[in-house]
Amino acid sequence: MSRIIPFRQALREAMQEEMRRDDSIFLMGEEVAQYNGAYKVSQGMLDEFGERRVIDTPIAELGFAAIAVGASSNGTRPIVEFMTWNFAVLALDQILNHAAKMVSMSGGQFSCPIVFRGPNGSAGQLGAQHSQAFESWYANIPGLKVISVSNPYDAKGLLKSAIRDNDPVVFMESEVMYGDEGEVPEEEYLIPIGKARIAREGNDVTIVSFNKMMKVALGAAEELAKEGISAEVIDLRTIRPLDWETIVNSVKKTNRLVIVEEQWPFASVSSEISYRVQKEAFDYLDAPIRRITSADTNMHYAPNLVAAYLPDVPRTVKLVKEVMYLVK
Amino acid sequence: MQTPFGKETYLYWYEIMLLLRRFEEKTGQLYGMQKIRGFCHLYIGQEAVAAGTMTAIRDDDNMITAYRDHGLAIAKGMSPKECMAELYGKATGCTKGKGGSMHFFSKEKRFFGGHGIVGGQIGLGAGIAFADMYHNNDRVTVCYFGDGAARQGLLHETFNMAMLWNLPVIFVCENNYYAMGTSIERTSKTLDIYRLADAYDMPADSVDGMSCEEVHKAMERAVRRAREKGGPTFLEVKTYRYRGHSMSDPAKYRTKEEVEEYKDKDPINQVLKTIMDNKWATEAEIEAINEKVRQEVEESVQFAEESPWPDDSELYKDIYVDENYPYITD
Repeated sequence: MSRIIPFRQALREAMQEEMRRDDSIFLMGEEVAQYNGAYKVSQGMLDEFGERRVIDTPIAELGFAAIAVGASSNGTRPIVEFMTWNFAVLALDQILNHAAKMVSMSGGQFSCPIVFRGPNGSAGQLGAQHSQAFESWYANIPGLKVISVSNPYDAKGLLKSAIRDNDPVVFMESEVMYGDEGEVPEEEYLIPIGKARIAREGNDVTIVSFNKMMKVALGAAEELAKEGISAEVIDLRTIRPLDWETIVNSVKKTNRLVIVEEQWPFASVSSEISYRVQKEAFDYLDAPIRRITSADTNMHYAPNLVAAYLPDVPRTVKLVKEVMYLVK
Repeated sequence: MQTPFGKETYLYWYEIMLLLRRFEEKTGQLYGMQKIRGFCHLYIGQEAVAAGTMTAIRDDDNMITAYRDHGLAIAKGMSPKECMAELYGKATGCTKGKGGSMHFFSKEKRFFGGHGIVGGQIGLGAGIAFADMYHNNDRVTVCYFGDGAARQGLLHETFNMAMLWNLPVIFVCENNYYAMGTSIERTSKTLDIYRLADAYDMPADSVDGMSCEEVHKAMERAVRRAREKGGPTFLEVKTYRYRGHSMSDPAKYRTKEEVEEYKDKDPINQVLKTIMDNKWATEAEIEAINEKVRQEVEESVQFAEESPWPDDSELYKDIYVDENYPYITD
């Protein structure tokens, strides 16, 4: 049986189910307990699990990340909620230098089964410091796995897998998607880390995206369909490890690739995909790989500048037509 | 001479401190011969901190420190052989040649590393203690860092949460007066580092780190407090490193007289004097300990020399627990 539930509830159910199953899991972060979550993801969890397992922290991202990483090396499985990934930059030392290196520096003796999760990317007119997308930053780091989800079904199945994973996992959500509703089964299910999903089948062009830019990718595919262009849309779901086989198989069918992402362009997820596709499917490409990213600037406040900064449907449609040589 | 500690304690202190001293002297020689590479920070002069801790904690308590980790690791029970092999980078090293001098670890001995980012382990130590509190056992965690790390922001965030959550952790600042080449007077107006705990209402003490007895006594009080769910303690242990910050540091920022002054308070000499004054050992018995330590260090070098390098295939191992992780290889 399936129900239609909001994104935040799907995330909450993943944590609740896993915490009922395994006492070593706890949730820690700013406003997660008494306030019921800055974005109400953890609503009701303090009531169910108590203060021992749902823990409010001071505003000290580096400090509570460090405590969670230390705790994960000593028999617990923390879930750390960052109010946004913008604030998690303060904790990067613990994620990059400690969590990601615990297994290797200790020669495999100690591990770090931990999930760092929270909203990522822009969420309206929030200005430069609250609007950044970090997938490519974390995807650069050996020792981490990076998940970035676009819908409630994937959010629940992948968060459960992330919590059960024995390595540190970075899990990216979005403020503007927490209210999005989607079909989620009543029954328990898991989605494997490292597998992309074909969100829409098509033959003429492949569009790859993830997180809330999937709305742009699917919106563009819808517009293109009106003009008789059949776009295949792939939702990466996991950024590291990247499921490049699914992309390459699609490109072998469509011979054209457009990537839509909210990263900045330099050394972004699209950069890595483009390298992989030219290497694995060079002879299948009928046009250069193209991409649409956030602007190579800081985000400004004015609404027109926000719109100009982010990828959108019209520009994606135009890019697809360019790789199909329908427009110049 | 009256002492609350008995013959057994002093003989243990003498032997373990001598082992740390001789191991580090040998390490320094081997570094000069380029048998040991990378960054290498010796513990010589600070041995009483390790020795005084070990008689105050249980074997199953946890320890974590920074990159000056050889002494504490061996004191915690790691073998000189696995430590020397690690310094060589051999497959038989404590972390299979993956950590090197700065990253000794032993899950068996509950030694949680060997960390290279100054102060990063302060938060980790609190987290290790958090996990023991979470599982409601009575282990305590001893978390070491230097006077340099005491100026990091993470110390304040961690002290605050450790008190807020009453964590069973003992923070030990091994104040050897120099953050690399910068003396404490040049890093803060607060020269009594233990007073940093006042801002968080954390019990704190200033301790003579050249004295095993003083370290033991302060540590014992702190361990009891933590084990009885009384929360954290901060100990500022005043010690001294005879050598430079690392092997590449000629230590020109301090005078020879200053170094000699501390050598007069040498903890090994102090403990030996107490043993001889109390007639707890004959000269022949002391000589036997010296010989045993000399052999142990020699054997560790031989073991390291004869051990193999890690296999090249180890490059892609121990990055993830997940053995099927699909690395990008081209």
